[in-house]
Amino acid sequence: MRKKMISLFAAGILAAGTLAGCGSTANTGAQTSSAPAASEAGSTAADAADSQAASTADSSEAAGSEAADQYADLSGSITMSGSTSMEKLANALAESFMAKYPGVTVTAEFTGSSAGIESVLAGSVDIGNSSRNLKEDEKSAGAVENIVAIDGIAVVTDPANTVTDLTTDQLISIYKGETKNWSELGGADQAIVVVGREAGSGTRGAFEEILGIEDQAAYANELDSTGAVMAKVASTPGAIGYVSLDVVDDTVLTEKLDGVEATEENIKNGSYTLSRPFVMATKGEISEQKPEVQALFDYLSSDEGKELIKSVGLITVD
Amino acid sequence: MNSIIGSNKSRSVVERTAQIIFIVCAFFAVLAVLSITVYMFLNGTPALTQVGITEILFGTVWKPTATDPSYGILYVILTSIVGTTLAILLGVPVGVLTAIFLAETAPAPLAKIVKPAVELLAGIPSVIYGLLGILLLCPLMYKLEQKIFAGSQTHQFTGGANLISAVLVLAIMILPTVISISESALRSVPASLKAASLAMGASKIQTIFKVILPAARSGIVTAIVLGVGRAIGEAMAISLVSGSSVNAPLPFNSVRFLTTAIVAEMGYAADLHRQVLFTIGLVLFVFIMIINLSLTRILKGGVKE
Repeated sequence: MRKKMISLFAAGILAAGTLAGCGSTANTGAQTSSAPAASEAGSTAADAADSQAASTADSSEAAGSEAADQYADLSGSITMSGSTSMEKLANALAESFMAKYPGVTVTAEFTGSSAGIESVLAGSVDIGNSSRNLKEDEKSAGAVENIVAIDGIAVVTDPANTVTDLTTDQLISIYKGETKNWSELGGADQAIVVVGREAGSGTRGAFEEILGIEDQAAYANELDSTGAVMAKVASTPGAIGYVSLDVVDDTVLTEKLDGVEATEENIKNGSYTLSRPFVMATKGEISEQKPEVQALFDYLSSDEGKELIKSVGLITVD
Repeated sequence: MNSIIGSNKSRSVVERTAQIIFIVCAFFAVLAVLSITVYMFLNGTPALTQVGITEILFGTVWKPTATDPSYGILYVILTSIVGTTLAILLGVPVGVLTAIFLAETAPAPLAKIVKPAVELLAGIPSVIYGLLGILLLCPLMYKLEQKIFAGSQTHQFTGGANLISAVLVLAIMILPTVISISESALRSVPASLKAASLAMGASKIQTIFKVILPAARSGIVTAIVLGVGRAIGEAMAISLVSGSSVNAPLPFNSVRFLTTAIVAEMGYAADLHRQVLFTIGLVLFVFIMIINLSLTRILKGGVKE
């Protein structure tokens, strides 16, 4: 008896599922409540999606037809090495670029910014990735600073916090564990809960590097994802944390830094300091590079490339 | 049908094939254990020699990505030991008393509510425990922390993510294991012992604590050891409530366990840092091996008795 009930229940769920499936694809016309019909409807929907994708591909090709023509049957290889922080960007770039130009292989190594620039100057790679501006002596040695994207970090606190503006020095002192209470910063008498990311995280690396507090930060919470930091900060009175600018929402309060709001515009015009450029350095101007490398930079500045940059949580430059 | 009443020959073929299938299946488990053991030792030992055994096991500074890196995991090891011990101290009395209630004193209708509840507790995914810990336990802990350390200049506030939160979550997580194994141990005590004790004029409570519990001792020890195993191996739930900073295991400190140390940093770790994480895994593996071996010994001892 009990078994029968269970199987009836299960059948009911299945039927409901099938009906729901039909409901979502009902506008394609094929509508009977049997399973084959449902799958048929599904496949028409898929076809429709395919053709739509094809048409968008067409239009984007039309938009970038000049570039496509210029590099139509490009082949060769591009090597890059450098910043570990740029791993996500470099890998995403390599993958989508190779998908677009199947004749080109892009390989990326992650050895650190300075090592990357050294390699490009020595001529052992085509592109040196650097997550900082180039130094004067690197520029005079022939490296050209091509800023391809900007990495912005927002400082967030719980939404009820009355302190809305921090100076860089205050931020450093909070993260070093010297300032322990919001009242010292003109806020309520509330302990500061210092939240950060785990060792090895790119965001943590960037944050500590920009503030100059590498290996000195005293965290009360070391969480292993951006989402966890957001959740902890949003739910803990007195908490402060840092996240990539693109994930900030209104569950948290985004602090101004030295009076400047953390926005894309302020990062682009340089007034918000908690950001760093992602540089793809070349030896000599881009126009002097081999066609594959030129194609890569053209790709990065195309709409497709900008989408890619945004998709890995970075800010585009233009 | 054919295979059962068929000729002798086909029968022996079926028998032999089945035998081989059984052996192959059984070998999978052995293979898995062997390969895990070999793999853990191969990957966990290089860092030990590279950094130095004492520096890893007895160092207290964990700064794996610093320019002058330091890989001390003493606090992490201590946290796992202290956290597990406290969770056992909290969870075992509650668990054993619940088992006594279920096996001896519970009126039937009440037992019908408690038993399924305990079984359900065992089936709840550990991440759910962690989420509830974040949502319910941490805010409470934070209030307590603010009261206790009000005006303190040295305490680092953790927002409720601390050792106590982790211990409470672990204590609840080991309950189902402790309860169900203790209960079956209590039930397997011969009825004659209980009857004799009651006949001698002992009260029900005296019978439980002086006769039944001692008789079920080895089963209850098994329950405790399995509870330790579960507590020391748990990662997901406590990674959400322990704060995950490497600190000495004091009640209101944000702490990191052996398991969460691996989970937290595996994603981005490279080179020596990664190898040290494998060493942490090896330490955990050795702990769990010791627990399991002592369990086998206890079980064997029980048989001899």
